[in-house]
Amino acid sequence: MAHEWQGMAGRRVGRHHGAPRLEVDRNGWLDAAAALSAGRLTLAGLWGDDDAVHMAVLAQAESESLAVLTLSCPDGVFPSVGRLHAPAIRLERTVRDLFGLVPEDAPDPRPWLDHGRWGVRHPLGGRRREPAPAEGCDYEFLPAEGEGLHQVPVGPVHAGVIEPGHFRFTVNGETVVRLEARLGYTHKGVEGLMQGAPLSRAVRLAGHVSGDSAVAYALAFSRAAEAALGLDVPARAHHLRALAAEMERLANHLGDIGAICNDAAFPLMLAHCGVLRERTLRAAETAFGHRLMRGLVVPGGVAADLSGEGVAAIRALTAEIRARFPELVELYDNTTSLQDRTVATGTLTFELARRFGAGGYVGRACGRDFDARRALPYPPYDRLSFDVPVFGEGDVNARVWVRIREAEESLSLIGQLLGSLPDGPAAVAMVPAGEAREGVAVVEGFRGDVLVWLRLEADGTVGRCHLRDPSWFQWPLIEAAVEGNIVADFPLCNKSFNCSYSGHDL
Amino acid sequence: MRKLLFESLIRPILTEAPPLPDGEAVRQLAEAVGGAARRRLGRSLSIRAVDAGSCNDAELEIHALSNAFYDIERFGIRFVASPRHADVLVVTGPATKNMRQALERTYNATPDPKWVVAAGDDALDGGVFAGSYAADGGVGSVVPVDLHIPGDPPSPTALLRGLLALLERAENG
Repeated sequence: MAHEWQGMAGRRVGRHHGAPRLEVDRNGWLDAAAALSAGRLTLAGLWGDDDAVHMAVLAQAESESLAVLTLSCPDGVFPSVGRLHAPAIRLERTVRDLFGLVPEDAPDPRPWLDHGRWGVRHPLGGRRREPAPAEGCDYEFLPAEGEGLHQVPVGPVHAGVIEPGHFRFTVNGETVVRLEARLGYTHKGVEGLMQGAPLSRAVRLAGHVSGDSAVAYALAFSRAAEAALGLDVPARAHHLRALAAEMERLANHLGDIGAICNDAAFPLMLAHCGVLRERTLRAAETAFGHRLMRGLVVPGGVAADLSGEGVAAIRALTAEIRARFPELVELYDNTTSLQDRTVATGTLTFELARRFGAGGYVGRACGRDFDARRALPYPPYDRLSFDVPVFGEGDVNARVWVRIREAEESLSLIGQLLGSLPDGPAAVAMVPAGEAREGVAVVEGFRGDVLVWLRLEADGTVGRCHLRDPSWFQWPLIEAAVEGNIVADFPLCNKSFNCSYSGHDL
Repeated sequence: MRKLLFESLIRPILTEAPPLPDGEAVRQLAEAVGGAARRRLGRSLSIRAVDAGSCNDAELEIHALSNAFYDIERFGIRFVASPRHADVLVVTGPATKNMRQALERTYNATPDPKWVVAAGDDALDGGVFAGSYAADGGVGSVVPVDLHIPGDPPSPTALLRGLLALLERAENG
């Protein structure tokens, strides 16, 4: 079926749901790359498949809309998007590492997730999969040249309790001239484990992509599966899912606000925010049976209904936070030694955030007004009232303020959700379609938009699943934001981004 | 800030005694860890946390150990920045192949006597990630493990309880 989407022509794939998927030819693929480069489209993902590459793109017309473009590449090569549009570079390096599909004329030929340790090359590439030595490979960092420059290597094991990654600083005195990150240390092969998994195991894997976003990932996966199978979940399930998602956002923002201030040598804030975060996790355990609410969201609805005790725990939590949080916000706002560290530190420009399609507080702290709950609305958010706070300065301070305002919005949303909780079942059974189906979904996690694309086989097992963390479009930007700052402010800048290593490395 | 600090002085202390049974376990741990740690290690136990490919859930709960409810430092247990300062490595994650070398080097940099605690179901045998081309079969396949703390992820109370068990073993072994 010929189809046109935002001026792009292609053959629409009937079995794909949640957003249109168009099979395009080489020219269509290059047109999309040019549109991305010109800023008419925003890249939302790029991933490999059997002899094909897919690209998710967002267009902002009357309203935001999403589409997936597919280019068949049986001979194993496809035109590089990264050549025209830098945000695609790491995604293409990953496609080559995992699938053996080669981006032609790609600007960066180095591997990304493959550190030469797996004992196998192109592990998801089917016939392109081949054994390889596992002794590791050399990795050349990009050169930075000039008088008085030296390098500071950091990681993968860091001084604090954080995830592993390597940062290569080139500095002049105290000032960072260039930062280049090398990631992939936590690559667990989640997408490989997904292949052939039944839905129950697959959603469990999705909940283990990034532990701080267990709800967001399970929700994105479940919504993609439900889209594929054409299934509507009960209204009560929508409400309970949103309740869990907002509690997750609240817990993470509280933790982040405290941790950012701690990295600016102000542990008082960490102590107080840590108490509120712990109370949130305890309320989550009472309400949904797990501190991180893992295992709650499943295809078809939610695995555990909310009891009266759970409602009471959440109401007590919101009352406590409403009473305590304002004085902490005041403390943040009125402590000049703290503001001295966060204001005008780690500044990111709107132009870069827009080009990379940076979601979450990273984008919204420098004017990119995008929130999947509003831009690509899904129930129950289409019936709730909430603001999407946007700031313009793009510094650490702005990223703190986005979190503060979003935490307040989440409190309001939790109140609205509890006040309008529908009766009825909290889940429906998933029925296999008896044919191959595909679905895509985007949900707003605390860190930004999480995209899940999947293909279900006729028997209901997963054929291929791609999970795209918001960090993919935030990690490259911290390299820009930290430039010109002092090395000692890197932990502060990094915490204010709080990108997921595990979500990115998969 | 002055008002907040003053109020902190007069507000009740949050550090547990919370509802049973977890709170009771934390209270008992406070006494038991104190006694055993003092005999073997003086008054302090230094922990270096190593993420060997975890999905960051265990890190969140390790962080929680420092909040006012668990206040791990009251037991003399603290997290240190370098393996060279550590008595214990708490290792999380399924031990991804890309982290294998870094984990081995961290272990070798830790002075004897040392203990390794594998925290989380994935750290035991890969857990939900078992069978992947990208992971070894848990932390024990890379470095010798003295104790495993189960959980998905282990709660702060489970982590505390596990560290106590380790101290008892160090005492007798």
